[in-house]
Amino acid sequence: MSDKAMSETSAGVRPRRWTIWLPLGVFAAFVALVLIGLLRPADHTVRSALVGKPMPTFDLPPALPGRDGLASAVLTNGKPHLVNIFASWCIPCRVEAPQLAELAKAGVPIEGISVRDSKDNLLAFLQENGDPYQRIGADDDGQVQLALGSSGVPETYIVDGKGVIRYQHVGEIRADQLAMILQKLDEAGR
Amino acid sequence: MIAELGLAALWLAAALAGLQLLGGALAQTERGAALGGVVRPVAVVQGLLALFAFFCLIYVFAVTDLSVKLVALNSHAMKPLVFKIAGAWGNHEGSMLLWVTVMGLGGAFVALIERRLPERTMLATLAGQAFVSLGFYAFLLLSSNPFERLSPVPAEGQGLNPLLQDLGLAFHPPTLYLGYVGLSIAFSFAIGALVTREVGPAFARAMRPWVLGAWIFLTVGITAGSYWAYYELGWGGWWFWDPVENASLMPWLAATALLHSVGVLASRDALRTWTVMLGVVAFSMSMVGTFLVRSGILTSVHAFAVDPERGSFILALLAINIGGALTLFALRAGTVSEGTRFAPVSREGALVINNVLLCAILGIVLFGTLYPLLAEALGAQVSVGPPYFNPMSALFAVPMLLVLAVGPLLRWRRDTFARVGKGLVIPAMLVVAMGIALVAFAKVPLLPFLGLVLGVGLAWASVLPLRGRNLRRLPLAVWGMVLAHFGIAVALIGMSSESAFSSEKLVAVHVGEITQVGPWGVKLDRIEPIAGPNWTALQARLLVRYGGDGKVVRLAPQSRTFWAPPQNTAESALLTRWNGQLYAVLGGEAEGGRWQLRLWWKPFVPLIWIGGLLIALGGLLALMGRVTTDLRRSVISDRIADRRDDEQRLREERA
Repeated sequence: MSDKAMSETSAGVRPRRWTIWLPLGVFAAFVALVLIGLLRPADHTVRSALVGKPMPTFDLPPALPGRDGLASAVLTNGKPHLVNIFASWCIPCRVEAPQLAELAKAGVPIEGISVRDSKDNLLAFLQENGDPYQRIGADDDGQVQLALGSSGVPETYIVDGKGVIRYQHVGEIRADQLAMILQKLDEAGR
Repeated sequence: MIAELGLAALWLAAALAGLQLLGGALAQTERGAALGGVVRPVAVVQGLLALFAFFCLIYVFAVTDLSVKLVALNSHAMKPLVFKIAGAWGNHEGSMLLWVTVMGLGGAFVALIERRLPERTMLATLAGQAFVSLGFYAFLLLSSNPFERLSPVPAEGQGLNPLLQDLGLAFHPPTLYLGYVGLSIAFSFAIGALVTREVGPAFARAMRPWVLGAWIFLTVGITAGSYWAYYELGWGGWWFWDPVENASLMPWLAATALLHSVGVLASRDALRTWTVMLGVVAFSMSMVGTFLVRSGILTSVHAFAVDPERGSFILALLAINIGGALTLFALRAGTVSEGTRFAPVSREGALVINNVLLCAILGIVLFGTLYPLLAEALGAQVSVGPPYFNPMSALFAVPMLLVLAVGPLLRWRRDTFARVGKGLVIPAMLVVAMGIALVAFAKVPLLPFLGLVLGVGLAWASVLPLRGRNLRRLPLAVWGMVLAHFGIAVALIGMSSESAFSSEKLVAVHVGEITQVGPWGVKLDRIEPIAGPNWTALQARLLVRYGGDGKVVRLAPQSRTFWAPPQNTAESALLTRWNGQLYAVLGGEAEGGRWQLRLWWKPFVPLIWIGGLLIALGGLLALMGRVTTDLRRSVISDRIADRRDDEQRLREERA
């Protein structure tokens, strides 16, 4: 900042000098606003219309020979379930696999819905990333995925013992979200 | 190997940008002046290295090298080659690489050819360019490395979003990026001029071709993007006020304002501070827009697509670049003297009003785009759409169109309305006649009504600057202005006509059934399966006829299913006549063997994009005019310098 500028201002050459700071002020407000948006913990809860509603009725054939397929009737056996929508071609699903394995180890029944997949790819995926699923239904045309209102993979639903959806998790389950998932399962079991 | 070469080139380019910044900055001091010599060559090499890295990325996409993570995530061996190549920039990392490449090449070009400004200003400009580039290099290398390897190598890639597998779209992002990044040059010129306090006509003349060029690319990009959304999404609309669209519209509005004020500065030496500020704001808008789109902060449909770390990185980058530039502006603007004064009723006065109105519209779009974010911060979820944007922007667009009709007829410095009033009698009569006709024969909502009457008047008024001039000797820049303003009128008529007169029909028909939309009779002839390279489709064969006795034409909308990644898209079918477009979309199968058809008749809708292209063409004419004038001027000044040298030598010899 030069002295010349100071003297010009004080001499009253530019009386409305504050307007010069206006763009910077607007920009600072923008940064503050966006910062609030970024810093707020990422909101994974989708206000899904399906939460609190019963699971849509479906009966999917087995995705792999020798395994059970998945019918919605299974979900009404009195115990809470985790229903996981996944695919071998989905990279976040790989990221999620260790967390699912941990949940399975903790005794959580996990049901899989495999979306638009081939048997060979699916088998390779499970061999590589582990297989936490009790049953895997093949949703080859994505109809069940659509009925669930899921727009992508992976997505996970917590269904209580009466077959009512209690929570929808969009995106992969991360390690720091395990406690939250377990708590939601606990709530669903009550 | 190629991927590693690309990465190495990128690191090297980043290092050179650092050197360019350092050299340019030190050259501002007396002791570092010697360092100034390296800046221009370094800028050139830096641009070429970035280009090399970009070609490396295109190569790994072209051969589908799945060991590169980016390729595995975004490409597929079965995709047609052109889409494999376009896939290189159809994703976050690749598009950022394209961004720094264009920026580097722009800087290289300036370093090579621009010699009209004082060297110190040029070095500050190139340092500014390097400063901005450096941020983007850091972003690429530290948080979005496009050349990252993937292990184990997957057997097949995930494919490119089918909506993006379209030729128009393959070239849409590069066009917009050329526009955004062209504005980065204007930004750097503004920085350079602020640092050295050299804000004047020479600065404006150096900056003008870049602003014009960037503005042309933005205009073409927005026009093409709008047409793409229109025919590819299959929703029948052409502008959705979506954050992605707004992200391209905001820099365009700022660039349009800049374009007009830079002209005033170049020829009248007025509006100095204002022009410099717009130079900073225009590129800032490009960066803000890109940030809003890239960070996913506005469109967090899927939380896992949003990477908060990446978002924070770009935000920090924005804060440093834009915040720094605006602070520099605020500190220095007071020391830039005001320049020549002018009367309110004058060409300059009209341009100032146009600038203020453009900035008001820019503010409205920015506020509307950010409003969901603001509401979310306050705990509500909202989305802002046409009911806000349309009337609010019209509020300022209408007076702007009036100024647009009058402004070009005014003289510089001082003028009276009485002098230009006579010329405007015919356009005013056209407006009234059109208004009466619309009220008498059609029921049209207010906004399209205003658009139609003003459009017709403006179309006439826009060519008035040609009156009484020798058309053969008229500068190209004037032709450009007239054409661009005429294009605005044309686009306006198209938009209004679309929203006033469109007819829409959603029907479920049996094969063989006939339905009506507007003046068209449409018969579903048959449904047939079709196979493409990476999709299958159901295609409806429609037989359509205009009026009762028109020729029967075939139309074939498809419902396509892509399998990598799996997704359905509706391929609309369009039929263009001189007075409008018939738009057909095939939906799903309804009960009882019927098929859903969505049909629109949109009178004069192509005028929207024809108008957009006319505007861009006007810009191109103006650019050609300016560049040839600049070249002629530099040739003449070279000749004068030569002659002076000769005289000097003669004098010395005599002595």
